[in-house]
Amino acid sequence: MEFHLKSPHTSALTYNPAYHRFTIFLSVCVFLLIVAGALVTSNDAGLAVPDWPTSFGSFYKIPPMVGGVKYEHGHRMIAQFVGFLTIILAIWTQRSDSRPTIRKLGWFALTLVIAQGILGGLTVKMLLPWYVSTGHAMLAQTFFSLTILMSIFASRRWIETEPQHLPDVAPVGLRTLSLFALAAVYMQLFLGGAFRHGGMHFLPHIIGAGFAAAILLWTSIRALTAFPQVRPIRAAASAILGLLVLQLVLGFGAYLTRIEWGKDAAQPRMSMVLTTVAHVAIGALLLAHCFMLSVYAYRYLSSRSLEPAVARGPKVVTA
Amino acid sequence: MHLRFVFLFALLLVGCSSTKQETAQKSSQPPTPIDVATAGTITGTITFSGDAPKPEKIDMSQDPACVIGTEPNFSQSFAVDKGKLQNVYVYIKDDLGNRVFATPSEAATLDQHGCRYVPHVMGVMVNQKLRILNSDVAMHNIHPAAQVNQSWNVSQSPKGDPIEQTFSKPELMIPVKCNQHPWMKMYLNVSPHPFFSVSRRDGTFEIKGLPPGVYTIAAVHERMGEKTQKITVGAKETKAVDFAFTAADANK
Repeated sequence: MEFHLKSPHTSALTYNPAYHRFTIFLSVCVFLLIVAGALVTSNDAGLAVPDWPTSFGSFYKIPPMVGGVKYEHGHRMIAQFVGFLTIILAIWTQRSDSRPTIRKLGWFALTLVIAQGILGGLTVKMLLPWYVSTGHAMLAQTFFSLTILMSIFASRRWIETEPQHLPDVAPVGLRTLSLFALAAVYMQLFLGGAFRHGGMHFLPHIIGAGFAAAILLWTSIRALTAFPQVRPIRAAASAILGLLVLQLVLGFGAYLTRIEWGKDAAQPRMSMVLTTVAHVAIGALLLAHCFMLSVYAYRYLSSRSLEPAVARGPKVVTA
Repeated sequence: MHLRFVFLFALLLVGCSSTKQETAQKSSQPPTPIDVATAGTITGTITFSGDAPKPEKIDMSQDPACVIGTEPNFSQSFAVDKGKLQNVYVYIKDDLGNRVFATPSEAATLDQHGCRYVPHVMGVMVNQKLRILNSDVAMHNIHPAAQVNQSWNVSQSPKGDPIEQTFSKPELMIPVKCNQHPWMKMYLNVSPHPFFSVSRRDGTFEIKGLPPGVYTIAAVHERMGEKTQKITVGAKETKAVDFAFTAADANK
């Protein structure tokens, strides 16, 4: 599979700086939304506003922003704004981008944000069942990654440079490894979310951390050593390494503040909130960078089966 | 294969309907008469030995309405005063047989005052009205996270109208939370009979009107769990039963 995202008509496609800046702005807003959502959970404020889709019976009135309402209603306000921006994204992409796949991605983003809103409402209506809240958390980070990818596909580099086909002759190629890395981060996201929302013990998340760290290390070191000349791959792999270290430190911090020191806390402490919110935020960045690495691996590398015969060398037939 | 599913489904239906029927039958049965002249009483004290976790001072600054004119708020999980433990729910765990008890007509009251629940631990009977007040100038939401009963979550305006709710099944230590003020937490117990009490500030409790018999009595603490004893209550007897919790229980 090649990841060119170009149709036969894309030769006329030109870089649109305003659209590109808009996709970046949307990504930043979604990141802030994830932080706001993490603040809701960390402050135990998920049910501070008991109704949905209204807030205390109103669609537009802003309730007093105190206590848990500040977090829950603040999250809803940012979510509404992101929903509005995503509508603009879908329409703008449809009108300005000639690549059919990208157009579909724009509408897919809108579908995801609607599904995410419904999941958020369901978790309030159903009084925070862990599986719905975990699904809400996972979809949030998937949506964030999608907006990051949209901004990459709208970038000048993506539009104005041709894809390459560097051979990747390793037994497990970087394309495959990057997919493993994605799967590992998703597994961790599920285990972490399930623990955070009361559906699972923390032990699977800790064991999963070791497994995911090994896969991410393998992937990023392989990317850095085999393809240092491909700048986007090098940048994504370096970011994954840095984020991984930070994430492990934050995970340990969250374990200490929440489980060791804060399990009997009468209210969420600042240390608990900071470490867990940062752990969620860095997790979102890590997932997005794994998506980026995967997309770059498909754009710049060739899998073994797709290698040109020349690169493999002439086939020698002996009698 | 299909037959097996049909059978299982039928079994499930019968099981559900029989449970509902039992509950309905029991609630519609007349109360079992208790001879007041022979009824006994259980009294006792809950003690705590060793170093109890220190009460944690609550930071209520995130809602100014909680800070106005109220004294400092502390966590109430380990309310120990001179070795006596408050907020322990004491109840007759079993051996009451098939007796049926009338639901009290008066409501039990739970107040929100100074952004804390008053009382911190309480009991109501099955289907007894629980009247929830908000004496605060802050808005609250009341969210019992029940496992057996139906959970719900409603908000209540500052000094708002009382909310009345009932619980239809027995359940122990239901955490009731306010998600607007994450430190606000209390425990509600739903009992099928009236023989329960909560230890007071001096650790004492009293259960009155108990028919003579041999019972299992239990004391439940929100963090330290349950302790039980077997006791015999004679006619007109006042039986003393004490429960002892220790720092080791708190550190489990």
